[in-house]
Amino acid sequence: MATDTAEPAPEEIQAIPLRHRGRWVAVAILVFVGIALGNSVASNSRFQWGIIRHYLFDDRILRGVVVTIELTVAAMAIGIALGVVLAVMRLSPNPIIASVSWVYIWFVRGVPVLVQILLLYNIAALYPRFSLGIPFGPTFAHFSSSALITPFVAGMLALGLNEGAYMAEIVRAGIVSVSEGQTQAAQSLGMTRLLTMRRIVLPQAMRVIIPPTGNETISMLKTTSLVSVIAVTDLLYSVEIIYARTYQTIPLLIVASLWYLIVTSVLSFGQYYVERYYARGSSRELPDTPLQRLRRNLRIRHEYS
Amino acid sequence: MSAPMVKAERVQKSFGRLHVLKGVSLEVAPGEVVCMIGPSGSGKSTFLRCINHLEKIDAGRLWVDGELVGYRQVGDKLYEQRDADICRDRAEIGMVFQRFNLFGHMTALENVIEAPVHVKKVRKREAGEQARALLARVGLADKVDSYPAQLSGGQQQRVAIARALAMKPKLMLFDEPTSALDPELVGEVLDVMKGLALDFKTTMIVVTHEMGFAREAADRVLMMDDGRIIEEGTPQHFFDDPREERTKQFLSAIL
Repeated sequence: MATDTAEPAPEEIQAIPLRHRGRWVAVAILVFVGIALGNSVASNSRFQWGIIRHYLFDDRILRGVVVTIELTVAAMAIGIALGVVLAVMRLSPNPIIASVSWVYIWFVRGVPVLVQILLLYNIAALYPRFSLGIPFGPTFAHFSSSALITPFVAGMLALGLNEGAYMAEIVRAGIVSVSEGQTQAAQSLGMTRLLTMRRIVLPQAMRVIIPPTGNETISMLKTTSLVSVIAVTDLLYSVEIIYARTYQTIPLLIVASLWYLIVTSVLSFGQYYVERYYARGSSRELPDTPLQRLRRNLRIRHEYS
Repeated sequence: MSAPMVKAERVQKSFGRLHVLKGVSLEVAPGEVVCMIGPSGSGKSTFLRCINHLEKIDAGRLWVDGELVGYRQVGDKLYEQRDADICRDRAEIGMVFQRFNLFGHMTALENVIEAPVHVKKVRKREAGEQARALLARVGLADKVDSYPAQLSGGQQQRVAIARALAMKPKLMLFDEPTSALDPELVGEVLDVMKGLALDFKTTMIVVTHEMGFAREAADRVLMMDDGRIIEEGTPQHFFDDPREERTKQFLSAIL
């Protein structure tokens, strides 16, 4: 290196930061509107904050939250598994396998999910009994549909089967986004098609698949509220049961809203970390976590003041 | 002379209406290093890809180490091979690509051990030791835990060579291994390849325009044009007095 004693280091730049007056005005307006809005909400007695506080951690509500989360997790699990299968089918070189996947997606995306929930809930009208056995041969066991398809199961299945169609497109986009060179390299090393998919393509497709999947999960959490129509005691149905009796409709709907907000916030936070995990190898450095970013911002502020 | 490692008999290949290979015949002996040169679109890369059955040939016959590529012959009938058999055959042929094609989500070490562990079922620790040795051999002992995005093109290509070597291939195919590299990085990759050719006597087919490499390491050079091998000889022959007009033209353009 040529940078030794001969020349002194150049003087560091100590400029006065540019003032952004327009931004300060905008911030002032926003703060004012925020305070006014907050004040009107806090001082409006019809919000009945006392009742909200009373019901927020009520056992029935908490049980409803748990059911909602269970439904979300189960339906997404079904949806993701089904989505991967449908996506791989759609990319199959066999035209019949590919079109079966296409027909499924066409049907499920074409019928409202609320209708699908009601249809599955009433499946007993079409198939009163399910049998386990060899088709056209002996059967080993019978189940009555109404015992097998409880409201919870009907809701879970309808949401999961529906989600599968959407996930299929997301997974397919992810698979297609992985360059063909990756597949060729894997094949040239003697990896089978399945191994290539599992070890090479899907892990790299995840970077494209995760963000919309996070979106889908958050959307699913809210869509589960539709099962209230078939009397599954999820979060929404639990508050409906209470306000049908007490007529405290608004406070209880706010309780439900608060819980939906809390759970979606937790999910968004989780999504960020999952994305960060799958970003490894795609960029030179991992992006900061929110905490790291906060700390860095504070440090910069501190240095400037 | 021992049985050829690669034998091609009037191999033909078309993509739709595009006739890429119009009858390529060739024998490569074990331990031999063959360089293929020729203008782009002449079918060099396609021929290379046919050898490990990444492309199916339409006519002719292709053998690697005495076994038909992609088919099984019983009497005079040909049967398509099962996927598992195709994979087993490919596992014995190493391939290095123009664009490296390292697995982006894996470190250099993970790239190298992937196929030994998951295809050959070598134990992970054993594969790891072998991979470290291979990475050291290509001069990357200190880059074991780097992801491809953190490596230069030349480093990535050397990892790709180590990855192919980890399967202990009996034949190495190089598809323009230095064409995507900055000029100053070409040398480090060629040095590794020279080592393979001269010190380890690996059978190699190299599609390249690096005539310097051909002169130092190749036993034979083939000139391809328009889907055919139009001239072949020692590297010296190509430098001193190429016969075909097309070859002279091509060499004067790249030298």
